[in-house]
Amino acid sequence: MLEIKGLSKSFGGIHAVSNCSLGLKDYVITGLIGPNGSGKTTLFNLITGSIPPDKGEIYFKGNRIDGHLPYKVAQHGIIRTFQLTRIFPKMTVLENMLLAPLHQTGEILWSLWVKRRRIRDEEKAYRERALGLIETVGLSHLKDQFAENLSYGQQKLLELGRAFMADPKMILLDEPTAGINPSLIRKIMKLILKMKESGKVFFIIEHNMGVIIELCDWVFVLDNGEKIAEGKPKEIQNDPRVIEAYLGV
Amino acid sequence: MDLFLHLCVMIIIYIIFAMSLNLEVGYTGLFNFGHVAFFGIGAYTSALLTLQQVPFELSLFIALAMAGLWGFLLSIPSLRLRGDYFGIVTLGFGEIIRMVFQNEVWLTRGPMGLPGIPKPILFSYRFATLPQYLLLTLGFAALTFLILRIILRSPFGRVLRAIREDEVAAEALGKNVFFFRIKSFVIGSLFAGLAGTLWGHYTTFISPGDFTLLETILVLLIVVLGGKGTEWGPVLGAFVLIFFQESLRFLRLPAEWTRYLAPLQQMIFGGLLIVLMIFRPEGLLKEKGRGSNAGN
Repeated sequence: MLEIKGLSKSFGGIHAVSNCSLGLKDYVITGLIGPNGSGKTTLFNLITGSIPPDKGEIYFKGNRIDGHLPYKVAQHGIIRTFQLTRIFPKMTVLENMLLAPLHQTGEILWSLWVKRRRIRDEEKAYRERALGLIETVGLSHLKDQFAENLSYGQQKLLELGRAFMADPKMILLDEPTAGINPSLIRKIMKLILKMKESGKVFFIIEHNMGVIIELCDWVFVLDNGEKIAEGKPKEIQNDPRVIEAYLGV
Repeated sequence: MDLFLHLCVMIIIYIIFAMSLNLEVGYTGLFNFGHVAFFGIGAYTSALLTLQQVPFELSLFIALAMAGLWGFLLSIPSLRLRGDYFGIVTLGFGEIIRMVFQNEVWLTRGPMGLPGIPKPILFSYRFATLPQYLLLTLGFAALTFLILRIILRSPFGRVLRAIREDEVAAEALGKNVFFFRIKSFVIGSLFAGLAGTLWGHYTTFISPGDFTLLETILVLLIVVLGGKGTEWGPVLGAFVLIFFQESLRFLRLPAEWTRYLAPLQQMIFGGLLIVLMIFRPEGLLKEKGRGSNAGN
């Protein structure tokens, strides 16, 4: 699925990611853990094209995607969420959702004049799908509210729903449960498992080990920009290198 | 009566001008401080052509194409910049265009301006009198309003607003932010060119002094006052501000006061903008969808 080979990125003298190689095979939910500053988010930024790598290659389903701009990567079917949620504040919850589908006919200027019916039909179908997903994430009562009026947890749910709405092949989640109360964490985990059944593949950055153990099939551990371990969550938990990186003992 | 009709024509031309800027500032979040350049390009192109006996239909078309073309050429380098840097480049472009009008005497007659711009003849109907001209501008304004409304209510317009809200998130959802911005900028420039063309043929005399930064500020003020990012905001804003500006001109003031009038007007505009930013930053009309805080 996703293959990363010898990826490196430095900022000034800091090696945020150095010679990192990961292969996400056919795992459905893969975790990425590591202490703060270990390069997890940088790795996500490199995959999604927000920053170009210094060295190395990234393949997605056999296509080389490193060096592509973010919108190109998204069009390949990789959609991400952000550590600090990035919703569109002065747009309604429904509009936030409707933005997500790729390659909408109505986003092409000339088709506004010549394909009016097709746009209307498409829009109707997206609307139904969006309303369904809004219901799934539990925001139905807020669908016509500006997204800025939502609480932090609700914004996280909206961002998750928006990622599902894009109907990607792979979803990268950057700390989906950070700063969220336990009952909402359960809800988000349920959502992820539900989407897993519909054939979505996930790559998740997470600090909460409970979440990792429950959700993930495979875990990669980063420290100082290097992969120090990988394996099944239970094995990783007891790996001395991981304990050292996390706890410093 | 003539005064009233004159007011209406001016207001409607500024409505078109403001709607074109609203597309950029209000919907796409592009703070264009050189918008008057495209107004000027439209006015000069059409004036120069019709003075050479080119039919109005054709010169209008070329004027719009020129405004759009220059919008496109400016957008390619400038839209790679973010926020305030983009504003500064457009500000510079506005001044450059004014300098071109002023110094390329062989083409524009420089500071002497272009007098005697003919009234438009559209499909062999001559719009010469005030009521006729009002009808013409009204027609174009309605057309502009409808076209922009179709664009902005479509998924295309939704992407523009998303870019205004958070370009990183829009890009992460597969939208080519750069292209969408170029398109928005070109359409905005095109309609500014339309407003300029209508204005040039209305006053029948244009000179470089008509296309200063002040014009941009006035139209920006219209958009902000009316409510940026709303369909009717520019319309309302133009009514209020142009009515105010033009009626000052016809006040019967003692002769020794009149020289204070122009600076005073600018002071009032400046003051208005400050008051507006403090007490009602969203303008007279708000974008809909804003409700009470939903809480948890």
